[in-house]
Amino acid sequence: MAVGVVGYGVYIPRYRIRAQDIAKLWGSDEKRLKSLVGEKAVAGLDEDTVSMAVEASLNAIRMAGIDPEKIEAVFVGSESHPYAVKPTASIVAEAIGATPNLTAVDMEFACKAGTAAWQNVIALIEAKRISYGLAIGSDTAQGRPGDELEYTAASGAGAYIFGSDGIIAELIDMYSYTTDTPDFWRREGEDYPRHGGRFTGIPAYFTHVISATKGLLEKTNTTIDDYDYFVFHQPNYKFPLKAASMLGIDKKKIVPSIVVDKIGNTYSGNVPIGFAKVLDIAKPGQKVLVTSFGSGAGSDSFSFIIKEEIVEKRKKIKRVDEFVNDKVYIDYATYAKFRKKIKLGR
Amino acid sequence: MKDVAIVGIGITKFGEHWDKGIKELAVESGVKAVEDAGISGEEIELIVGGNMSGGLFTGQEHIGAMLADALGLNPIPAIRTEAACASGSLALRVGYLAIASGRYECVAVGGVEKMTDLTTGQVTATLAGAMDRENEAYFGLTFPGVFALMARRHMYEFKTKQEQLAMIAVKNHRNGAKNEIAHFRNEITVEDVLNSPLVADPLHLLDCSPISDGAATVILVPAERAKKYTDTPIYIKASTQASDTLALFDRASLTRIDATINAVRKAYKQAKITAKDVNVAEVHDCFTIAELIAYEDLGFCKKGEGGKLIENGETESGAKIPVNTSGGLKAKAHPVGATGIAEIVELVKQLRNEAGKRQVSNATIGLAHNIGGSGATVCIHILSNKR
Repeated sequence: MAVGVVGYGVYIPRYRIRAQDIAKLWGSDEKRLKSLVGEKAVAGLDEDTVSMAVEASLNAIRMAGIDPEKIEAVFVGSESHPYAVKPTASIVAEAIGATPNLTAVDMEFACKAGTAAWQNVIALIEAKRISYGLAIGSDTAQGRPGDELEYTAASGAGAYIFGSDGIIAELIDMYSYTTDTPDFWRREGEDYPRHGGRFTGIPAYFTHVISATKGLLEKTNTTIDDYDYFVFHQPNYKFPLKAASMLGIDKKKIVPSIVVDKIGNTYSGNVPIGFAKVLDIAKPGQKVLVTSFGSGAGSDSFSFIIKEEIVEKRKKIKRVDEFVNDKVYIDYATYAKFRKKIKLGR
Repeated sequence: MKDVAIVGIGITKFGEHWDKGIKELAVESGVKAVEDAGISGEEIELIVGGNMSGGLFTGQEHIGAMLADALGLNPIPAIRTEAACASGSLALRVGYLAIASGRYECVAVGGVEKMTDLTTGQVTATLAGAMDRENEAYFGLTFPGVFALMARRHMYEFKTKQEQLAMIAVKNHRNGAKNEIAHFRNEITVEDVLNSPLVADPLHLLDCSPISDGAATVILVPAERAKKYTDTPIYIKASTQASDTLALFDRASLTRIDATINAVRKAYKQAKITAKDVNVAEVHDCFTIAELIAYEDLGFCKKGEGGKLIENGETESGAKIPVNTSGGLKAKAHPVGATGIAEIVELVKQLRNEAGKRQVSNATIGLAHNIGGSGATVCIHILSNKR
């Protein structure tokens, strides 16, 4: 039985702050930052992980053209669930009209909880427990004021409905690579995550992204030449391009997925949005290899083949580029207010 | 006093060793040195290990015992030496004195530092312990700041240019590219240096040595026994040390390091040579300005002419006085406690004619210059392949 994506949708908030405006405030080197990130998407005061997940899901449902009640699982991957205890997934399921006959749960694995949600939904469908499942990656990522992460930590969501009929991108195979690598973390009760500086590079991101990608290639007995596009987790502009070059992948095959310079790193939404950007342009018959990365650390790799139905179905929703270009610039003060970085006295 | 010879050397790759701890690094270099010397571990009677700040960098103190334990050499005595970035050369000096005194016949001398477990900010704060904590660090001064002050003053007094400082980094990267253990093996240009982020004006990122892990070890024996172990013993012709004020502002001049001048004067006398006799030198380029000032303090050129010396290419490999053929602290890297011994390892390779693509032809005398802090401790060693 073929399993794959039957509908996808993203949501990117309209507000943008330029990295150079953040750099100016903290006296950082604007030139150096330019190669890492350009501007990032900021959720407004009335937006959060739940509202963005709902918006992205409604787009996915629109594309899939199914009754939301047919969705039997809603999994939401995020590291910024609004509640420590009380699921995001149940609010989303209710809001999109999928309740009550379904299972729902929240997931967390730094930046790769979204693809972890994919895997679980796919597994339930493959086991024939459910017909349709919704897997979402959504985050309003937080960076400590003045920290390197502040230049990239952004807001956005990507939602994928998986099923076995009306497939637009059929799953070929998947593979994961996980180790205990403490490169980035946030402890209970802390407002902002911490990270291991340069340790987040070679031992964390590159080791996992490259190992998972190679693992999938080996498992499927394919080479990089068998794929038309690659989507790698993009914490900044440099990392996915460097990972691609380390694997010998032509830049032309990775650049179409890159959106980090325009919207920042949307954490759990990162790879779901990057993949959506490729799905917006991919042609039937083309193959895409997707590898996420979550600190802590792990990578999930997937290979998909694009199906004929994508051509008509994707006309029903807003493309990633439309979200990217629909923007309003804000200054640091407004950003600080929106992201609740201003602590009000009581 | 007995003459002292180096009969074995060992060094780890310098860089980010995410998967190795301080013990593993020390053991790796120690085992390599023992193998190089062709001795058995049982012949070693004393260990002296240089380490600046195992406690703050990794939480590990009691480095002497740690070394004896990790190397499987209990119960022989083991000593840790600490003089900030000069901890390694101080270890060599202690080992040298132990052999010279006639009390010991075989001493393993090493240096190790594991720095990358901390963030850049924490490393900077730890290194600031090498300056005057009460009167400098507490007011926010960091080492890039200290050397930036020296650079600015040198530029003011002698019209030294930022481009000349950059040329030192360019040369050291060119040399480092040929050194298999160097942290950075990429060549850079003067433009790269000047376009790199400003760390402490006028010093840019590429004027500064990196944060790295690494270890180095040498084996010392009395010169009279050296030929038993190797056909190419390298003799320590001078070992000197001088101290100066901890704080930069207490010094008579910002553009020279008096401890270098005092130590090297004694060293030339001890070795019965002059600056002109030095064929190859490893000098302490924690920042490019430090190498430039060292040229002048060591007598490779006149005071104020360091800029001209580098600009004229006279410290390049194959030129008048090749400096930092290893890549120096800039490119080979600066795991602080290991640096003093790493300099010795490079000189031994040069004097043994084993430096490969970096080989300086007909080198017979090498000089190692290692400074602690901004120059409160300086050790000088002069080595020769002739007894």
